[in-house]
Order: sequence, then structure tokens, then C-alpha cells
Amino acid sequence: MSEQQGSGETITGAQSLVRSLEAAGVTDIFGIPGGAILPAYDPLMDSSIRHILVRHEQGAGHAAQGYAAASGKVGVCMATSGPGATNLVTPLADAHMDSLPMVAITGQVGASLIGTDAFQEADIRGITMPITKHSFLVTDPAEIPTKVAEAFHIASTGRPGPVLVDVTKSALQSATTFQWPTELNLPGYRPVTRPHAKQIREAARLMLESRKPVLYVGGGTIRSGASKELLALAELTGIPVVTTLMARGAFPDSHPQHLGMPGMHGTVAAVAALQKSDLIISLGARFDDRVTGNLDSFAPGAKVIHADIDPAEIGKNRYADVPIVGDVREVLVDLITTLRTEQEAGNTGDYEGWVAFCAGVKKKYPLGYDRPADGGLAPQYVLERLGVISGPDTIYTAGVGQHQMWAAHFVGYERPNTWINSGGLGTMGFSVPAAMGAKVAMPDQTVWSVDGDGCFQMTNQELATCAINNIPIKVAVINNESLGMVRQWQTLFYNSRYSNTDLHSKRIPDFVKLADAYGCVGLACESPDDVDATIQKAMEINDVPVVVDFRVHRDAMVWPMVAAGTSNDDIKYARDLAPQFDEDDL
Amino acid sequence: MAKHTLSVLVEDKPGVLARISALFSRRGFNIESLAVGPTEHAEISRMTIVVNVESSPLEQVTKQLNKLVEVIKIVELDPTASVNRELVLVKVAATAENRGEVLDVVQLFKAKVIDVASDAITMQIVGNDGKISDFLRVLEPFGIRELVQSGMVAIGRGPRSISERSKPVAVPVPPAANA
Repeated sequence: MSEQQGSGETITGAQSLVRSLEAAGVTDIFGIPGGAILPAYDPLMDSSIRHILVRHEQGAGHAAQGYAAASGKVGVCMATSGPGATNLVTPLADAHMDSLPMVAITGQVGASLIGTDAFQEADIRGITMPITKHSFLVTDPAEIPTKVAEAFHIASTGRPGPVLVDVTKSALQSATTFQWPTELNLPGYRPVTRPHAKQIREAARLMLESRKPVLYVGGGTIRSGASKELLALAELTGIPVVTTLMARGAFPDSHPQHLGMPGMHGTVAAVAALQKSDLIISLGARFDDRVTGNLDSFAPGAKVIHADIDPAEIGKNRYADVPIVGDVREVLVDLITTLRTEQEAGNTGDYEGWVAFCAGVKKKYPLGYDRPADGGLAPQYVLERLGVISGPDTIYTAGVGQHQMWAAHFVGYERPNTWINSGGLGTMGFSVPAAMGAKVAMPDQTVWSVDGDGCFQMTNQELATCAINNIPIKVAVINNESLGMVRQWQTLFYNSRYSNTDLHSKRIPDFVKLADAYGCVGLACESPDDVDATIQKAMEINDVPVVVDFRVHRDAMVWPMVAAGTSNDDIKYARDLAPQFDEDDL
Repeated sequence: MAKHTLSVLVEDKPGVLARISALFSRRGFNIESLAVGPTEHAEISRMTIVVNVESSPLEQVTKQLNKLVEVIKIVELDPTASVNRELVLVKVAATAENRGEVLDVVQLFKAKVIDVASDAITMQIVGNDGKISDFLRVLEPFGIRELVQSGMVAIGRGPRSISERSKPVAVPVPPAANA
């Protein structure tokens, strides 16, 4: 790549952009051309970069997210100005909430036209300012390599996030020379990754003193690649572990210390462990309202050790007794070292009663569900079987709603980066394009998109992209012919008045025919007896995408549940059923 | 609620003011006053932002500001160890009969007349919050026709400079780029 350091030859800004992307290590881009970005697509044809032509820019954005989440690499999407760029708004906001490294390249109208309401003009940098980690508008072609290098650096370091690079058509068309920067000048950007030794000592002290500690593991643990270290710390101390929706897979579900997912739809054991703990060790989590429920009554007796790479997360929602700014992996390494030394000196925590209590709750209130009396298909059963048959090396993506919660609970995750969903923004339609991106990043892994019938109808046009570009994803549509989570809330809180949640998707569209129309294999399944065989059949098809229409019964609900705005103490593990804790055990 | 004065050093780049003001509104904080201008370093601008918040949300807003890539440094100025000034231009009605009275006020407050018309006087005054509100209160009875006020600017007392240790540092390019 030495010639790319700067050849001095005169090229166009568009060529410079493509060379810059190559220099940044990009191998795959998801995008759609259009007027303003058109100059860039010409040199892209001669590049080593694989450009995957999607059917909607939102699909490009979510694909870049899925790519990033599965591989840890920066996901890249490209779109033209105006509507192309605004269609990226949802994925950018989503990547911002879920801390995914992503770079979006957009074309902009010519510099002299900016501000004139020109054709397909939108101030996309202004529009995306609050939903990106950073954004650039490039009007000078000489700046293209530096801005691209800065974008990739900012997206992938510190707390990862999306960066937008908006390049004017005039910059793309002008003559320039290519000079890849050797250093970046970002005086205001210095993420702290090394934790402070004093804070680590203080955290270790609290951990040893506490009697009821819990490791509250968030998505930052996955982004920092800290699963191995998390397992080591958990096993060194014996402290129970909960993994948030964003952290499913960070710690093996099969591990006896794992209490499951906390939060609004968390397991009774995970919710109870946080509520009753005397010390929460937060690792790359952010005390989201979906985890804490009513904040004032969240874990009232707990002190908090809060480790996060983003100082602004610490103390944002919950006071931190020991704040630790740093990369979660480095925090864990230092904690392990300190606690090992303490252990060698005979200092260990006494958590025996607490561990027994947590294990008791886990045993007494396991995840469960009712089989429909009429012999219909339970959605939870589908996901349970999918997890067993496809196994823990599979990457599972999900949209948002009931199917997402069931997938989070019932599939069973053993490894990081195998569970990809839209946690923070809650974007319906995330699953299929994210699965496409994940499959491009990890072609040797099976990728199952778990989707609801509502979500699926928002972005399923990317099945065409998958079929044409040899991206054989598998889609499990959990079809309950309704906007299921909204319907569940209507059942519980609106007297079963089902306003605008009936999608009729067992009738229209015919998902099997739809799959067929898109060049995919379509399968349908509506009996529990056929679930295994149908999944097996889908597993055997690896040359084209497969869509399975799992026609499940529509009244299944997600349990446990903490109603919005109420205290986690009021968790119900089924309708009107509150768990009873043997507090004497503590 | 208490007033806090933040001195924010930012890269002098297009859009940085929009980024900062948008952050305040998005996170639900009110800016009481904001002033932006160049500094002794050509590439750095300095904003003086006055906010009216409790100290815990202030910490959050400072942290959020620090996350902005173009924000180099934030210092909260201690009112007892800093000097702050605002500039006001004010036009009051003044006829031949009461012009003398207005000029007395100008002298009393060490303000300055910058324009005179047959029935109005325009003055400038520089001072802190308290001095300016006193000045305007005294002028009120004459009839204030127009008033324009700058945001507050502030600087720490003593020999130290907040921009001393904010020299740009080079960040290595991402590993992928070197591969």
C-alpha cells in the first residue's frame, strides 16, 4: 500500500475517496448510488472493495451495523444526497444508541449549491448531528483522505459510534492529489482506556467487603471484546452475573453463575439479584430505563461500581460510588490482578448465602411458557428449538418486539457477537438487513434473522439483495399476524382493545410466495410437530436465502414483565403472578 | 439553582456552535448567555457559556460537551477567582431638557456616549451582571428605546492560562490504515 501513501499524481476527489476507503481497510460497502454520489461510484467499479447494492438506504445502514456487530470492524454504508442520506438517519441513530462503529459516506450537492434548496439537497450533517458520534462536511477534495481517516479513527476508538462523511459533488469531481495522513490532528478527542489504579483498588475493596454483589454486564463488554476476562473474573470471585439485552452472549448462558437478562422483560433471578444486591459492578452498561424500571426504587441497597469508557455514562442515571473510566477489558484485567493478589493474601469475598439465594430464585422461577391448548404453535418453542438445532456458533439477529424478547431469552447464547439486535433505539425492521451485513462479515457462520411479521414487512426488500449477491441468510418470521408487543400492552393496559395492531399477515402477504418471488426458498410451519423438520430443512439450504413463516398463536405474551414506570420489585412472572422470595435465606 | 460559567475551548470549525447549542437543547439545559470569539491561538475559539443548573446536571452537561470531538477543554470559572464582563449598547429617549440627567448617569457608571440624536442618546457600558442591571434600572425612567447586550465573557485571575496545556496532540491513524 506504499504507493497509496501519496503518489502525487492528479486524480479526482472521487478517486481519492475510494483510495481513502481502501487505505482505511474497507473491504465491503453497502449502498445505493444517486446523483450527488455518482462520481464516487465510477472509481468504485475498479476498486478491490465489494459494493453491495441494496434496495433501500435504510437496509444499507442496518447492514453496516450488522457487519460491525458481528465482526467488530467498522461497517460502511454509502448513499446519495437528500433522500438517500435521510434514509440513513434511522440506522445512524440506532448505531449511536448501541455504540456500533460505522461510517456513512453521503454525497452532497455541489458546494456552490449548498443552501439554495437545490435538487436532492438536505443538510444531512445538521440533521445527524445529535445522532452521530461525529460528522464532517467535505467541500475541499484535498481534505478527503484526512477526513476519511479521522472518521474511521473516531468511529472505532473509545466508545464506538457512527460517523458521517458528507462529500460535495464538486469535491468529488475536482482534481486533487491523494495523500493518506500519517497522523491525525484531533486535539479534542482523547478517549481514556486505561483505568485509574486507585479506582481499581477501591472497587476491589468494595467487592471483597460486599455480601451480595452482582456483575451487571452491558453491551460495552461485547464491544471491548472482554468476554474471556469477564469469565475469569466471575469464576475467580463466584459473583453472580446478569447480561443485559445488549450483552447477551458476553457470558455463556449455560454457566451456573449466569442469572439471565435483567430489565422490563428480564428473568426473575436477574431482576431480583439487582434489586436485592448490596453492590452492583456495572461493566459497560448504562442503567437504561428498560433495566432499572422506576429509578428511585432500583436496587435501593446497592452501592455501585460503574466502569465505562464513556465518562458521561457514569453517574448519568445512578450515582456511582466508585466511578472507573476505562475500557471494560482493561478494567477487568486490572480487577483480576488485584483480586488475585488479595486472594493469595487470604482475602476473599463471602458470598455463600447470596449465591445460594440467587441460585434458589433461578431454580424456582425459570423461564417458561404455556403451550397453547389448541395444539397451536408457541413462539417460544420455535426459538428454543432454533437455538438447539442451529447452535451457539450461529449469529442471530432480531427486530424489535415480542420476537426479540423471546429470541433474547430462549435461543441460548454462549459467545459474544452472536446476538445482534436494536436495543437502544428499538428499530423495527433491523433484523433482515442486519443479518445480511453479519453474513457478509462472517460468511462461514450461519446467520438466522429472527423477525416478527410486523418488522419483516418493513425491510424485507433486502431479501432481493441477499438472493442476488449470494448472501444466504435464514429468516425465521415469528408470525402472530399482529404488532405483538403493542398488542400485549393493549391486552394488559388497554382492556384488550386492539387498536390498529392486527396485521392479518397470515393472509396477506403470503410469506412463502414472497420468499419465492425474491428468489429465496420459502417454508411454512404451523404445528409444533413440524418445527424441528422445518428448521433442519432450512439448515440444509445454503445456496440461497431461506424464509420460514412460523405461524404462531397470537396470544402468547412476553413474561416476566415489569410494567413501564413501575418498580422492579413489582415484577410479574406471568399475568397477575408475583414471585415470592425467601428473604430469610439472605 | 446556581449560575455557572463555563469556558469552553473549541476548534474553530464550521458547525461547532450549532453542535454545542444543539447539545444543550437536546439534553434539556437552558443557556443563559453564550459568547464566542477567537483566542490567542488562530485555530481555537473560546466560548463563555453561562448556565443556570444544579451541580449534578452541570457535571452531566460538561461530560456531554467533552464528548464533542471539536471541544478541546472545558473549565468552570470560579466566580471568586475570575473576572467577567458584558457589553451593553442602549438607546434612551433624551430631549434637550433631560439630556444632562442622562449624561450624569453615564458619568456615574463610567459608561460612554457613542451616538447622539436630537431626541435620543446611545450609550455603551461594560461591566459585570450587577453593574449592568443597576445601570439599566437607573435609565429605565428616561425610556429605553432599544437595547442590545453581548453574552458574558470571563477570564481567570492570576498568571495561568486555560489554553496553555491544550496544544493539539497527534493521534495515530487506525491500525487498519497501516495494514
